[in-house]
Amino acid sequence: MSIYLDKNSKVIVQGITGGEGSYHTGRMLAYGTQVVGGVTPGKGGQKSEHGLPVFNTVREAVEATGATHTCIFVPPPFAGDALFEAYEAGISFAVCITEGVPVHDVLRVVGATPGMQIIGPNCPGLISPGKASIGIMPGHIFKQGNVGLISRSGTLTYEVVDGLTRAGLGQSTCVGIGGDPIIGTTFVDCLRAFANDEETKAIVLCGEIGGSDEEDAAAFIAEHLRETPIVAFIGGRNAPPGKSLGHAGAIISGNFGTPESKIAAFKQAGVPVAERPSDIPALLKKTIGVLNS
Amino acid sequence: MNLMEYQGKELFRRSGIPIPRSQHCTTPEAVGDFLAQNPGEWVLKAQVLMGGRGKAGKIKFASGREQGIATAREIMATPMPPNRQNPNGEAINSLLVEEKLSIAKEAYCAITVDRTTKRPVAMVSKFGGMDIEDVAHDHPESIAKFFIDTAIGYSPFVGRELAFASDLDPGYRKQLPAILASLYQLFFEYGAKLVEINPLALTTDGRVIASDAKVELDDDALFKHKEFAEWHAVLPLDEDEKLATESGLGIRNFRRFGGTVGTMANGAGLAMATMDAVKNAGGEIANFLDVGGGANAERVRKCYELVVNHTPAKVFFINIFGGITRGDEVAKGIVEALRTTTSRKIPLVIRLTGTNEEQGRKILADAGMTPVETMDEGAAQAVRIAAGA
Repeated sequence: MSIYLDKNSKVIVQGITGGEGSYHTGRMLAYGTQVVGGVTPGKGGQKSEHGLPVFNTVREAVEATGATHTCIFVPPPFAGDALFEAYEAGISFAVCITEGVPVHDVLRVVGATPGMQIIGPNCPGLISPGKASIGIMPGHIFKQGNVGLISRSGTLTYEVVDGLTRAGLGQSTCVGIGGDPIIGTTFVDCLRAFANDEETKAIVLCGEIGGSDEEDAAAFIAEHLRETPIVAFIGGRNAPPGKSLGHAGAIISGNFGTPESKIAAFKQAGVPVAERPSDIPALLKKTIGVLNS
Repeated sequence: MNLMEYQGKELFRRSGIPIPRSQHCTTPEAVGDFLAQNPGEWVLKAQVLMGGRGKAGKIKFASGREQGIATAREIMATPMPPNRQNPNGEAINSLLVEEKLSIAKEAYCAITVDRTTKRPVAMVSKFGGMDIEDVAHDHPESIAKFFIDTAIGYSPFVGRELAFASDLDPGYRKQLPAILASLYQLFFEYGAKLVEINPLALTTDGRVIASDAKVELDDDALFKHKEFAEWHAVLPLDEDEKLATESGLGIRNFRRFGGTVGTMANGAGLAMATMDAVKNAGGEIANFLDVGGGANAERVRKCYELVVNHTPAKVFFINIFGGITRGDEVAKGIVEALRTTTSRKIPLVIRLTGTNEEQGRKILADAGMTPVETMDEGAAQAVRIAAGA
């Protein structure tokens, strides 16, 4: 098993004929993902450059292919609409790669699409190594195994995964949840899914400054995942307060979102916090050892 | 995009939220003219994005032309002094001349987005007129919250519940539900990330009025309201934000810290981790720089020049982990950037891995550059070079 995605998941790509959509569809196919078609309004009936059928609407794509998953590459003003279209067509799992989606569009979508799991927006997607990948993660750095990984960042995720893989710690599923103020799937949502996944024996949580997601995750772990080896990392410890760095989520405001409060919350939940990404593999091995002895 | 008080109040006015009578003035003379025609005592409020105007003496009373001009000059003569929110202070380019309210009570109300529940949250506290972060710290129980279901939207019972739950003065009860309704409409209509009234004044004659306005609009939604472009033009950017914009980066993608190790990474998370790595290796960070996706030659050259020309960097640590960004393109960008730049040359430390890393490394090797394997190794090497070792 793995969470959210495996080799049987049927995936369509919304925006399959665009530059990024087309490029990453090719990479997803190369990784073994069952991409079964795509949607570009007005190009229905054509084939994508990968030979996949292109449909005018998500409804047609779902009816023709039986897809349950979608990967969205459409421009920001249309991403909310694309998510609603996916929901109405019966898609149960949507990954929105698009960066810059208005926060109110996301609020409306997450509030009105019960039952559809949304990853992102502004995220690199997810991968169940050795099985399938949805999004833009570089597949070759991953290795199949038993560590679940959740991260707010994109490229920092790769950094951490690279370290895990080099240390022989394969991954069950890695989810890049995205750095926007409102996202469809949070740390806690992923932790809940990992808690029910037999293949996932340990978890790495890559947080960063800003918001209270990490504190929420720590509270959930304290209550439900005391027996699971978990290691956390907080990016941006040297960021100055009051200035957002890079994306809106990463801002320390007053007493909120400081690295100190996040580290304290994890320590209280019994979760060791790595000083640097390269410390994560050794710390995780140590934590697994402690819990097994 | 954070709005000035007068801009926020213009949105309040459009949305039907009661505000004091006021006039926005950009010169002391305009203040004088207004006061000459409008007898009585008025409040002159500096228009800045920073908080703490009262303490800084940037809110004063005046009546009549002469006193109006003199007081306005006095307020505008010096910028807002630095505080923890803005260590650079802020120039004062305009004033809001406002009706002086006879205030009986001050409360707080706001609507913002809540990441945990993924809903808008309406908040009310009877502690108005002070920093809400201090209130949250000292009296967290005093802030009543309601998480609004966007499918239902705002309904007046929300305001009634919040008025009772926050133990507001009874004088607010009748008007709060309607004010919150307007505030929610504004929040939704203009795609705001925060709308805040602090204080929400209860006057001695029983009126409830927004005495201040704090509005943060979502930059990603500005395309829906083209009219805000001219408002944006008058908002101050700090030096780092200006430099970022001039280099074609997002305003939050560049920030300086005064150290000697220049950094650049793709993605905010990795850029922050890169800074942490430099700090861990004992170095002082020159800057934060998130180059974003698609780092082509032009982009890399501009980033290089940005760091070389505007920070004391002695070395430039480039840390690229490719996902959407392809290693070969970044490598080409780096080689091309160094070939074409006319700025001073500083040593580069390059860490390049991920998508198309082999091609990328080959391009760098062919150009005589040696990439390092890991972020920690790169940080250590950059710190050594900066220290002159």
